[in-house]
Amino acid sequence: MLEFLNGLAAANPEVPGVLLRVAGMLAFGALVVFVFILPVAGITSWVERRVWARIQSRIGPNRVGPGGFLQWLADGLKNLLKEDVIPQAVDEPLFRIAPYLVVAGFVAAFVAIPFGGSLIIADLNIGILYITAITSLVVVGILMAGWSSNNKWSMLGGIRSATQIISYEIPLGLTIFPVVLVSGTLSTQGITAAQGWAPHTWHMFHNPFLLVSFLLFFVCALAEGNRTPFDLPEAESELVAGFATEYSGMRSLLFFLAEWGNLYVIGALVATLFMGGWQVPRFTDDPTLLAVAQFFTIFLKAYFWVFVAMWVRATLPRIRIDQLMALCWKYLVPMALLNTLGTAFFMVLFPEGSLVVRIALVAVVLAIIFVFARRVRFHLARARGLGYGAV
Amino acid sequence: MEGLSAEVVVFFFLAGVAVVGACGVAFATHIVYSALSLMLSFLGVAGLYVMLDADFVAGVQLLVYVGGVVVLTLFAVMLTQGIRDVKVSNRSAGRGFGLLTVVAVFALLWRSFQAAQWHRPVEYLAAESSTAAVGNALLGRYVLPFEVASLVLLAVLVGAVVLTRKETAESE
Repeated sequence: MLEFLNGLAAANPEVPGVLLRVAGMLAFGALVVFVFILPVAGITSWVERRVWARIQSRIGPNRVGPGGFLQWLADGLKNLLKEDVIPQAVDEPLFRIAPYLVVAGFVAAFVAIPFGGSLIIADLNIGILYITAITSLVVVGILMAGWSSNNKWSMLGGIRSATQIISYEIPLGLTIFPVVLVSGTLSTQGITAAQGWAPHTWHMFHNPFLLVSFLLFFVCALAEGNRTPFDLPEAESELVAGFATEYSGMRSLLFFLAEWGNLYVIGALVATLFMGGWQVPRFTDDPTLLAVAQFFTIFLKAYFWVFVAMWVRATLPRIRIDQLMALCWKYLVPMALLNTLGTAFFMVLFPEGSLVVRIALVAVVLAIIFVFARRVRFHLARARGLGYGAV
Repeated sequence: MEGLSAEVVVFFFLAGVAVVGACGVAFATHIVYSALSLMLSFLGVAGLYVMLDADFVAGVQLLVYVGGVVVLTLFAVMLTQGIRDVKVSNRSAGRGFGLLTVVAVFALLWRSFQAAQWHRPVEYLAAESSTAAVGNALLGRYVLPFEVASLVLLAVLVGAVVLTRKETAESE
């Protein structure tokens, strides 16, 4: 990306280089928004409803297009054509702005999320710090929506969301610390470059503390994204639709768009920080082919975690607000602090890392997956037929 | 770079955002609007930090001020009952003291303007990360103030816990 822009600047010396660079970044950013974020968020909504239905032995949306694939386009179109209802008692300016802030907060995170070795809107020096910082806009937007709706459900939803996000931001930041310690940089590309394509070179297998950090990070990221089992801000059975209660049409859809899009952000962050990001073996010298392979590598890794989040949502019940706070402050924060200290100690003991530890950790994780798979097979074999598919 | 270069335009835009936000804080009649204007002002200042190549400070500005201070302010406002009905009627109260503050701050700012070295040669350091420099300074030259600051923060935390605990004990 940068090389291309530099080449462009060299070819047009009469235009200031800064302007060209900014224009290039904006163009790439717009491309990412329209060609990647919106379709991915939309398709995720369909995938989520299908996966969810399958897990709960239902069918899910299957009418629009092959297997219901075009459902997201139909829903988007429907919501765009709906009336934009603004209730009389709301605080109108804030009510109108709130969905945009939420979407802006999550889209802005994509600036520093790598899609490949050279595919990134801007490789910021403070990449990961920037992502955790800019997502605060989402909290402000949600609070704004909750307050301006002038409705008790919305207000409670907004307050719950703020409590949750500002609490879980702390363990989330602390679980990123060990990764930063190991890779020695805050840049997302730098963190990826510090890992290799082979699993044992990933940060999650660097030392036992990082493996725990990885699990904590995923839990905290789910909480930050308001996902089940942490979806208290919009708990349907308690708060109607939480902070989104008074919203209708496209404004309401924007909140959901941000939620589904945020799932990809979570997945991409897990992949980048702990699972080697876009790293692929250097199988060819063709840069285009390599870039495509890198893109699909990080996309598949990220989407795997999106799938796990859907799976969790379909299987786990929602926790109570006091349990939520206790989990964060009594368990996650101390564990995350211990992880930071532990990683620092480990790095003093093994400044170059330890191959034995890495391979042992890979073996442990493989063993856990093996045991889990056997248990699932055992239970599936004993399950009664439900009259849906082959299960 | 003379005249209206891209940097100048961006600078005035960001400075404008910061100033408009600050005015909003002072003149808004509703406390929620004040808090949100404060966020606008903080965002503008974060942008100015980016222009000064202080990317780490900009990130921390966003994280602490927008993510922490503004959110907590909004949070407190929302938890307080009946704050919607508060009408600020005494907006002209304390004029003398206000004037004094303005004069004092203005004098301080003027002195800083005088003391600052303007017209520095422009060096582009954007490729260099300021994170390492900040880290080295905090744990090297400024380690004592840094530790003292963390001690102060700890005292504040303990104080907050003590205050809130006392309140619940009395109400029970």
